[in-house]
Amino acid sequence: MSIHPEEEREINDGHFRAKTDNVKNILQILKTMNFRDQANVVLSPSGIKVTVENAKCAQANAFIESDLFQEYEIEEEMVIFKLNLTSWIECLNIFGGGTAGAATPSLKMVYRGHGYPLVLELEEDGVVTDCEIKTEEPEDTLDFDFFSTEVMNKIIMRSECLKEVFTDLDVTSEMVEILMSPDAPYFRVSTFGNYGTSQTEISMESEMVEHFECKQTLKQRYRLSLLKPSIKPLTAALKVSVRMDARGFLCLQFMIRTESHHICFIEYFCCPEEEDSDD
Amino acid sequence: MKFSGTMIELGCIRQFALVIGSLARLAKLCVLRITRTHLYFIINEPGTVHRAPGLWAELDQGHYFSTVTMSGVSEEHNEIFLEFEPDKLSGTLSVFKSNNAAVRNLKIKLAKKLSPCLTLEMQMPSFSEHARTVVHDVPVLPLPRRQWHLYQEPEMPHFTASIYLPPLKKLRHVVERMKNLSSSLTLAANRKGTLVLSVTSDAANVSTYFRNLTMPTWDLEGAASQMDEEQLHSATVEIKKLISFLAGEQIGPCKVICNIVDDRMVHLFLLHDDVILQYFLPAARSS
Repeated sequence: MSIHPEEEREINDGHFRAKTDNVKNILQILKTMNFRDQANVVLSPSGIKVTVENAKCAQANAFIESDLFQEYEIEEEMVIFKLNLTSWIECLNIFGGGTAGAATPSLKMVYRGHGYPLVLELEEDGVVTDCEIKTEEPEDTLDFDFFSTEVMNKIIMRSECLKEVFTDLDVTSEMVEILMSPDAPYFRVSTFGNYGTSQTEISMESEMVEHFECKQTLKQRYRLSLLKPSIKPLTAALKVSVRMDARGFLCLQFMIRTESHHICFIEYFCCPEEEDSDD
Repeated sequence: MKFSGTMIELGCIRQFALVIGSLARLAKLCVLRITRTHLYFIINEPGTVHRAPGLWAELDQGHYFSTVTMSGVSEEHNEIFLEFEPDKLSGTLSVFKSNNAAVRNLKIKLAKKLSPCLTLEMQMPSFSEHARTVVHDVPVLPLPRRQWHLYQEPEMPHFTASIYLPPLKKLRHVVERMKNLSSSLTLAANRKGTLVLSVTSDAANVSTYFRNLTMPTWDLEGAASQMDEEQLHSATVEIKKLISFLAGEQIGPCKVICNIVDDRMVHLFLLHDDVILQYFLPAARSS
């Protein structure tokens, strides 16, 4: 074990390097995605995309745009690898994101290419932490093929509204039914638990609803366990867009404002449950 | 065998409660050694060679107590050794940990009720003329003289590096994050004021560098001082144990010294005006 002087630590042939003054921005986004240990990371000139999948039926994507960083350089068009998201978060949080008023830790990330670890260098008040997060071959991720042309129904609302609905879902219910319709009841979330059925409706006239665009009445059931992880990004979000395509696939898109007032998006896809008797 | 002492200053009582609280976190059983001038709390690390203590806390009676009466087992051996469960004692004192606790005085005495007990009498403030008194009895086991030798003051280990730790609060946060990555942590220090904490796991390697820390001056160093100043000396310890020590930040120590015996042990020395806490962490494995 030895200490490297500052100059030696500079890696010049990095394929990817990014720097930010405030690690909290990224940490805030990644923390909402941590419902699985493993994540696929895609580095590209536009930013960093992090993908986490749940049982091949649900998928969360976070986009951290390059302008969130003060410095952002990448040589290649696209680099993909897999890493342990939990460890990544623990490393970014090593100084606790700075207490209120105090200086926030700064972050430098370097990735030299296939087979190399993702190197993080965090600094706060002269205390430096070096992390090497091992990278693995990326896993194939699902393509939900969710083009906006196929989207039948779309509602954009303030997140508080949906947050309350989602956090109060009856945990004894295996399924959650979501109905979106151009006519009343417009938007309805139902559960079928041991103690009864519960329904929550949000009208298109609600003050919480900012945009309402439904072409067709669609009713689909989703596994509660698959939908549950979306509560975390929902809690952090300002607004949420709920979209459903003709196949019944659900896409929740969360708009999150970071500490330094950048806007980031997280998408959450969820497959519908196939049912024998369709009505 | 007699012991009784009264504390009247709230700050002292609170401090005392915090010390007992940190003992409770570290072990189930603890030995209290009472001499004419000091109270010692000793925790023996189970399984270590010669039952070397895991913790040695030294409290100056003069600071804590306004009045003390004490007489030991005999004239010649004027000391008392009591074994007790710190958790129980900490529970009785837990009211003082909050900042708005009020008490007139706290009297601690050794009493023989149904069994030997440490009796804590607290005079609570009251608005009427009648004072309210709360009495707690914590059972203790007086240790016979033949066992006393197990609880003697530990020798200063022959460390290879010695350094003042950065503020414990900061350190604790780093160590807590590292705990989620691995179960053992390597502490390393050199003679230029650098302290390195590092963990290794399947998923990540993490090292935190604290630089330009001050170092205590010891006059007992011999040939060791000729070593390379940059050379890091390290020992790997269990993170869980280190965390339970770092929780001692509540005591508000002036200074904490970390002594490292290469691959053998980490010796932490917490200094406060009126408490000295020594904590011995054996190395989990050589790194």
